[in-house]
Amino acid sequence: MERFTVGIVVFPGSNCDRDVSWALEACLDIKTKYLWHESSDLGDVDAIVLPGGFSYGDYLRCGAIARFSPLINSLHDFVKSGRRVLGICNGFQILTESGFLPGALVANKNLNFICDDVELDVISSKGGWLNNEHQKEGINLPIAHGEGRYHCDSDTLKKLIDNDLIAIRYRNNPNGSTFDIAGITNEQGNVFGLMPHPERACDEKIGGIDGLYTLKSLIRH
Amino acid sequence: MDQFSVKVFIRLRPSVLDPAGEATKSASNKLGVEGIKSLRIGKMIEVKIESETENDVRKKVDLLCDRLFANTVIEDYEYSIETI
Repeated sequence: MERFTVGIVVFPGSNCDRDVSWALEACLDIKTKYLWHESSDLGDVDAIVLPGGFSYGDYLRCGAIARFSPLINSLHDFVKSGRRVLGICNGFQILTESGFLPGALVANKNLNFICDDVELDVISSKGGWLNNEHQKEGINLPIAHGEGRYHCDSDTLKKLIDNDLIAIRYRNNPNGSTFDIAGITNEQGNVFGLMPHPERACDEKIGGIDGLYTLKSLIRH
Repeated sequence: MDQFSVKVFIRLRPSVLDPAGEATKSASNKLGVEGIKSLRIGKMIEVKIESETENDVRKKVDLLCDRLFANTVIEDYEYSIETI
């Protein structure tokens, strides 16, 4: 049987692709493969990570141009097939711009680019990306973004709450996000987008290991 | 085929906080300009487009605005068309 392979999408301007690869390969012994954004053949990968960065220089809006790449076009069938997609930071922005997840990410309330560690409450275990029993004390993950303020209208927020789609919330909201939202899943649970960087919290020596669970969960299902 | 000039204005929806607008409003006050009640920053996109009719242009620009220029979750748009 072929080894489970996680595809890491590389856009012009992605800059966390190698961090994700290191976290999966070196920390978790999970095979990875870089996928250039112009490729549309996703047949030989079992899960996909959209990493952080500044795809297309954040031109127009964060994630707005990346949405039109052939790879994102193919992602619709990939998601329909039930395979797992994790969008981190710019990856989360791309998932909202492409309509895989509701809402949008806009400029931080205080206009600062925030680079910090944040405390997060794990709200939902939907999709198995996190575990609100094992992680009920909360988790600490780094954030690094200028446009991470999650915004949605009140109807969408109600839907997120009613359907248990809010995965993590900030304890001390750093950016003005609606309802302190830091990460959400789709209704099926196989797409997860979050602003914090789990790949930067996979080693005790450099930032803790609270990100391991989420990355491991790419292959758990 | 006629040539048309289209000016598209994109604004954050009124319900979306505009921190850049707030910061600029604060700087405007520091400049000594009084009476500013609201200041919000948007984008303007100029497009020159060739098409048979103005109606065709509208169809194209509506598609561009809905799918690319604006994210209607957070932004509204309007545009004007002139024949060149």
